[in-house]
Amino acid sequence: MMKNLLGACAAMLIMIASCPVGASGQTGAERGQAVFQEWCVSCHGTGPGHPGTQALDLRYQGSLPGALEQRLDLTPETVEAFVRNGISVMPFFRKTEISDAELDALGAYLSRNNPH
Amino acid sequence: MKLPKGVKAEDFNAALEEFRRVVGEKWLFTSDEDMHLYRDAYSLQWGEPNELVASAAVAPENVEQVQDVVRIANKYGIPMFAISTGKNLGYGGSAPNMAGNVIVDLKRMNKVIEVDDKRNFCIVEPGVSYFDLYKYIHERGFKVMMDVPDPGWGSPLGNAVDHGLGYTWMNYRDHFGSHCGMEVVLPDGEIMRTGMAAIPGSKTWAENKYGYGAYVDGLFAQANFGIVTKMGFWMQPQPDHFLSCVVKVPKYRDLIPLIDGVNKMEDQGLIGHPRYSCPMDPLCMQMEPEIYKPTPELMALNSRPGGSTVEEYQAYAEKQGHEFWNVVLNFYGPKETVFANWEYAKNTVFAPIPGVRFEEIENYAFPLENPEAIKKVRNKVALGIPNMSIFSIGARSAAMPEPGDGHAWFSPIVPRNGEEFIYAHGVFTKAAREMNITSAPISVTNVPMSWQYRTYLYLFPVFVSRSDKERNRKSIDDFNKLIKLAAENGWSEYRTAPIFQDAVAATYSFNNNILLKFQEQLKDAIDPRGILAPGRGGIWPKRYRENS
Repeated sequence: MMKNLLGACAAMLIMIASCPVGASGQTGAERGQAVFQEWCVSCHGTGPGHPGTQALDLRYQGSLPGALEQRLDLTPETVEAFVRNGISVMPFFRKTEISDAELDALGAYLSRNNPH
Repeated sequence: MKLPKGVKAEDFNAALEEFRRVVGEKWLFTSDEDMHLYRDAYSLQWGEPNELVASAAVAPENVEQVQDVVRIANKYGIPMFAISTGKNLGYGGSAPNMAGNVIVDLKRMNKVIEVDDKRNFCIVEPGVSYFDLYKYIHERGFKVMMDVPDPGWGSPLGNAVDHGLGYTWMNYRDHFGSHCGMEVVLPDGEIMRTGMAAIPGSKTWAENKYGYGAYVDGLFAQANFGIVTKMGFWMQPQPDHFLSCVVKVPKYRDLIPLIDGVNKMEDQGLIGHPRYSCPMDPLCMQMEPEIYKPTPELMALNSRPGGSTVEEYQAYAEKQGHEFWNVVLNFYGPKETVFANWEYAKNTVFAPIPGVRFEEIENYAFPLENPEAIKKVRNKVALGIPNMSIFSIGARSAAMPEPGDGHAWFSPIVPRNGEEFIYAHGVFTKAAREMNITSAPISVTNVPMSWQYRTYLYLFPVFVSRSDKERNRKSIDDFNKLIKLAAENGWSEYRTAPIFQDAVAATYSFNNNILLKFQEQLKDAIDPRGILAPGRGGIWPKRYRENS
């Protein structure tokens, strides 16, 4: 599953989220940070007790950071693929949990440091 | 799309159109892409033709919409399956008992109705998660402590109606047992409240369970007699102080006096949840990867079906300087009394066990609001702090170098007794060897899971592989054999995924399964069209019993 997703993501055009400012005055990335805090940080935060980060640290063995907020290579499409398909013990998320608009914002946030 | 059995396409489509008018286009889901999100992410039937996949999902935002949706389902005979936050992973996730059911997704009903920290209760809707409730309580400075299960994204209400369990004080760990009063939409769309909540203008909804007359709340847990839309819970006041300590014993059979001592402590109300561990146990290593580390030698011992022998583990423990068993004792209350109770435990209760060792792990004064201090807490659940650290089970780790795709929990109720637990080790490890079970960590190192007050669970995960369907099929077969084996010994599951619910319900078979027959009679009377969660808890309505 992981290989399939990574393969699909590698084939995608790399895009940078445009981060438009919404009615709330927040950018997409700022709204996405709130989504990350709500839904992702408990598994993907930094430090002990975050099983998503620990699993990715072991997988990447230092070649990439285990903590998603420190990644420089994520794209909105990668983020969407994992949120809507899950991976290993991480389940997928329904639209009553993370709406499409919130997922767009989350993608903008986690890809904010991607230089490409 | 899999249509529900016995429903004509035109009736199904007409029902969808009426659901759409109730909740709006945005909150009715029918596409394959959307329905994928309602599958059981941990299904042992993943990708199989008989996987329990829903046909559509409807997400009401209030109880009136739930009533409308149920009435429409009744009109067209559409079977429905309600979820709260739908995070029941390991016990079925958000998938129904029968393919083609329409999911009633209650996540949008996410109001905290009331929290009271003088009388210590709360009332919540089904879409409220433990994270939500914790945030609500702490933003407003309420001085109550929650009892939480392992994953914090679950729903207090949803967890309670599947008999979920937690980590603090005896009665609060039983989440259905600590509920008090509910609001429920019945299969005909009528709305009912139970206990004191049935009094218009009631002032004690979440404090007195019984009110007057028959106590019917049990019908709405692990069953299919209604959709619960509000629930009250007893809560506990924040203690002044928390102290966590560990008792370590060196020998395998020390489990017997260790359990006797813990029972004596807990049944006097001196400790909260006792957390048993074995440093060699595969599940303990996955639950607390920062504490229990594998070695190549230990991984080899654990790699055999049923694990290795007591003698081999004992020799390994002694070589490594490990205890065979330990138990974390959590004390709550005034600082003076929690330390006094720990002294009593050391000096009186456990001192007679040869070679016993004692360690103090941590202690905190409440209120514990400092985020840095909270980060350091070893078992946040013991302090009622919701988190997700449990997802280390099955994830990539030193003890699990090849991660799985989830798991189904095998969890029979067994007596709270050391001799019996050791006997259960023998039963399950023998079965694992004979059945060549490699997808579950069954071993004489398995520890009593003590979330339920007064009984243990002999719990282990059966790991799922989405890429190895043959292994999953064998796991289903093994699981069913283990259910029967447990029942032959007087044990049976407290909770299970839909594909095993008929088998588990069948083990509660006193007097020719009269308990299940009684529930079927009630089902036929209360839900004559058989629309609510057919098959949940093993209870099938007449419509599907006759077609089966």
